[in-house]
Amino acid sequence: MLLPLFAALVAASTAVLIFAGGLVTSTGSGLSVPDWPSTYGWFMWAFPVSKMVGGIFYEHAHRLIASTVGFLIVVLAIWLGRAEPRRWVRRLGYLALAAVVTQGILGGITVLWYLPDAISIAHASLAQIVFCLTVTIALATSTGWKSGYIADPQGPRRIDDSVEAGLRSAKREGRHARLNTAPNDRTLQRVAIVTTAVIFVQILIGATMRHTGAGLAIPDFPLAFGDLIPPHWDSKIAIHFAHRVGAATVAVFIIATAGHVFAHHARRAELRRPAILLLVLLALQITLGALTVLSGKQFIINSLHVVNGALVLVTSLVLTLRAHRARFADTGSADAGSAQRDPVRGAGSRTRDDQGRSWTRRGARA
Amino acid sequence: MIRRLDVRSLVAAFGAAVALTSCGGGTTQTSAPAGSGAAPTAAADSAGASNVTGKVTFTGTPPKAAPIKLSSDPFCQNANPGLTAETEIVAPGGAIQNVFVYVKDGLGNRTFTAPAEPVVLDQKGCQYTPHVLGIQVGQPMQIVNSDDTLHNVHGMAKANKEFNTGQPIQGMKMTHTFSTKEVMLPFKCDVHGWMHAWVGVLDHPYYAVTGPDGTFSLKGLPAGTYTIEAWHETLGTQTQTVTIGAGETRDVAFAFKAS
Repeated sequence: MLLPLFAALVAASTAVLIFAGGLVTSTGSGLSVPDWPSTYGWFMWAFPVSKMVGGIFYEHAHRLIASTVGFLIVVLAIWLGRAEPRRWVRRLGYLALAAVVTQGILGGITVLWYLPDAISIAHASLAQIVFCLTVTIALATSTGWKSGYIADPQGPRRIDDSVEAGLRSAKREGRHARLNTAPNDRTLQRVAIVTTAVIFVQILIGATMRHTGAGLAIPDFPLAFGDLIPPHWDSKIAIHFAHRVGAATVAVFIIATAGHVFAHHARRAELRRPAILLLVLLALQITLGALTVLSGKQFIINSLHVVNGALVLVTSLVLTLRAHRARFADTGSADAGSAQRDPVRGAGSRTRDDQGRSWTRRGARA
Repeated sequence: MIRRLDVRSLVAAFGAAVALTSCGGGTTQTSAPAGSGAAPTAAADSAGASNVTGKVTFTGTPPKAAPIKLSSDPFCQNANPGLTAETEIVAPGGAIQNVFVYVKDGLGNRTFTAPAEPVVLDQKGCQYTPHVLGIQVGQPMQIVNSDDTLHNVHGMAKANKEFNTGQPIQGMKMTHTFSTKEVMLPFKCDVHGWMHAWVGVLDHPYYAVTGPDGTFSLKGLPAGTYTIEAWHETLGTQTQTVTIGAGETRDVAFAFKAS
């Protein structure tokens, strides 16, 4: 019961960490503490609060938050290793731990090597992956995921067209069929995957723009030097313009994904909610991006743009994973034996969990 | 587990951190303070030495010096409450301060011995003093923290090696030497984002920085034809060619406009 809450706390703390990291770059404080892992010779946690002045405040606070999140992920990985029956979830915990350790080392290297663009961009990008991992763990350990998004298996079910057809087909064939998990929608699965991938690429472009100092290479918005297309080009203008084109591309994919959810799965709250949230976050993100340019990269607006971009990514990831929920095997005390792929499974069907065990269970439910 | 280190162990630990973090061009080391950043005195041909003097002016309406927000560090706010940006300092008569004027070309294969006397760059009142300075390759630069707050000394070199060293304690000093010429080499304090200094690293002693009256003087030049460049951090550069005979003094004027 506590594990899902803790996993959610870790995911939320990762978002806070990304915001703190955004503040470091936005305020140009990345090198205000020249040593690492110490801080001006102090052990990190012994550095006096009174000396957290100027850029040190942002850089040192980022280090403190990062080490806290790292500790939380260590606890999460151990907890999953001891309590989580699903091997793939345990492995996600170990992967998150490896990623956050690598992330810490990248953060140290980028300070010691005076913020080389490649390392700083890798640091920013790996932060998104760590966030994705912690959110995926929080999702996979949630009760909704474990139940296959059927709130009350014995009560009225949210059945959409594809499930209804499956149930009818099973009835015709004389099989005793029951709904045990959310249905597959291959179209939604594909468009959601592509949307998440496009958002991630867009964030990589954004990180490149930030760390190469191209954030104001095009000083106006929504036009570029008064035109739709920049009248002159250099590498910074190109990367900045690519980020704007990327934003438009992301918007198209998010609208397509959300539109598909509203059209075909409007009654499935586990898809409808992230779809609505995606649209809200998209509107907010474009607004923050515009304000970042128009305010001359005001550091709080700029950092909110960074963390909101990460929230767009993980919201799309959650939608993608939920769209694929039926493809995941369930094991563990609550949901052992539910079907892997077929949302409508005849009673007594043979199934296999993710640890390779297979058995026949009559009337098993998710 | 958590404890505050005493000052001695702090300095020792900080020295280790310096060794880890500063891979600067030339060397960085702790040294006792000595002298001040004096103007160059060496000349290759002392007999019949010539001079180039002049003034750098600004035409047009000079920009107003922007006030700097110091609230991120209470020490700075108290120590230097009226601090303004030093990017363009123009006197009422149009004279520009902090222009680095130097011989860019014309010295041929002459070589010059670097002075042993260090040039001092001080961090005082949360600003670099001086804001613009020159130094010879191999000449020691002594960097001092006179403030009761933390500074990091970040030399953002391109031709030399970049370095970044912390000076968390008032009175700390470090000495750095540069291994190759570089005009200009920016210094920055990342703790206090407004703190910038510019260092012209040359392999000869013929350079000067304009004072409040905008004048400069390059003394002790051998007779010859030289390209003189005037550099300003926001106004850019201008060059002029002058020919001077033995014992002559030539006057050169540079006039910058708002960019």
